[in-house]
Amino acid sequence: MPGLSGRMSTVIKAKISKLLDRAEDPSETLEYSYQKQIELLQNVKKGIADVVTSKKRLQLQEQKLRDQVVKLDTQARQALAAGNEELARTALERKNVAQTELQSLDSQVAQLEQQQEQMTASEQKLRAKIEQFRSRKEVIKAQYSAAEAQVRISEAATGVGEEMADVGLAMQRALDKTENMKARADAVQELEAAGTFEDLTQLGAGEDDIDRQLRELSSGNEVDAELAKMKAELGSGGGGAAGELGAGEPAGAEQQAGPSQGQGS
Amino acid sequence: MIVRIATEGQYELTESDAEVFNGLDNQAVAACETGDEEHFHSAFAELLKFVRGNGQRVPEDRLEPSDVILPPPDVSFEEAKAEFTGEGLIPG
Repeated sequence: MPGLSGRMSTVIKAKISKLLDRAEDPSETLEYSYQKQIELLQNVKKGIADVVTSKKRLQLQEQKLRDQVVKLDTQARQALAAGNEELARTALERKNVAQTELQSLDSQVAQLEQQQEQMTASEQKLRAKIEQFRSRKEVIKAQYSAAEAQVRISEAATGVGEEMADVGLAMQRALDKTENMKARADAVQELEAAGTFEDLTQLGAGEDDIDRQLRELSSGNEVDAELAKMKAELGSGGGGAAGELGAGEPAGAEQQAGPSQGQGS
Repeated sequence: MIVRIATEGQYELTESDAEVFNGLDNQAVAACETGDEEHFHSAFAELLKFVRGNGQRVPEDRLEPSDVILPPPDVSFEEAKAEFTGEGLIPG
């Protein structure tokens, strides 16, 4: 049984000979092989462009999420300043979700960056081999009889063919990974379109969304909000706003209606 | 002996290094066959380290086929196992 390396070698060699079998005479083999190399080089370039496009798309999403984080943070502050702790908490929860998403996008962009570099290196390597093949091809055509040429051609073609197979493999793997990320980016975009980051928690059927509530708050009490913010900046906790809300635990107040607490004591 | 690490490049090993290489390769294969994923990853990492550390990089302008080809460094255990049975890693 061939080892790991043995099996890879066999498969690659079989593919190369299949490739070369298609051409009949030596110079045809040369030209055919050269054509294939140029095609592959074009494909690698396309692949790189594909990775770059995916990267840009993710970066765009990152920017949106970053804006979202800033916005939600501001909204949370505004809500708190206006004494609406519930709303502030909701905004902060959403901010959290957006931040988590942002982190995963960050690492994906870094991965794509790495893939782009790898593929660019592959492209350069392949280009060097093709150049080498091209000049050897001319020498072979000029110097050797058909029989001799056949041997040398198949050597050169196998060498460059292996490089081609390898670049093809590298590209396939990079594109597979990119494809996975694209699927994920699509999923994030769908979440966004569905308003996940806008409307993460249910605010109740009849209620306005967070943006509108905040707009009402800030347009109604613009001066108050400004004041509260200033108060908070001067020294948190103090001020009339906090007193009015004394609320803090409205959720707890609802729960106290539960049977266990009241009857226990 | 010329060894290619798939997606990475070619290295030239001396005859004596080739023997060590073979031993390491067999270990990776054995791990694959017994389904020991952890052992496979450590054996394969060892194999890559040996080739990178002891082999000479083959210059870009040399057009020579490799004697053996190793799977890509990021090969998964599933892919490595498939190497023995299925189509292998190389796309059509």
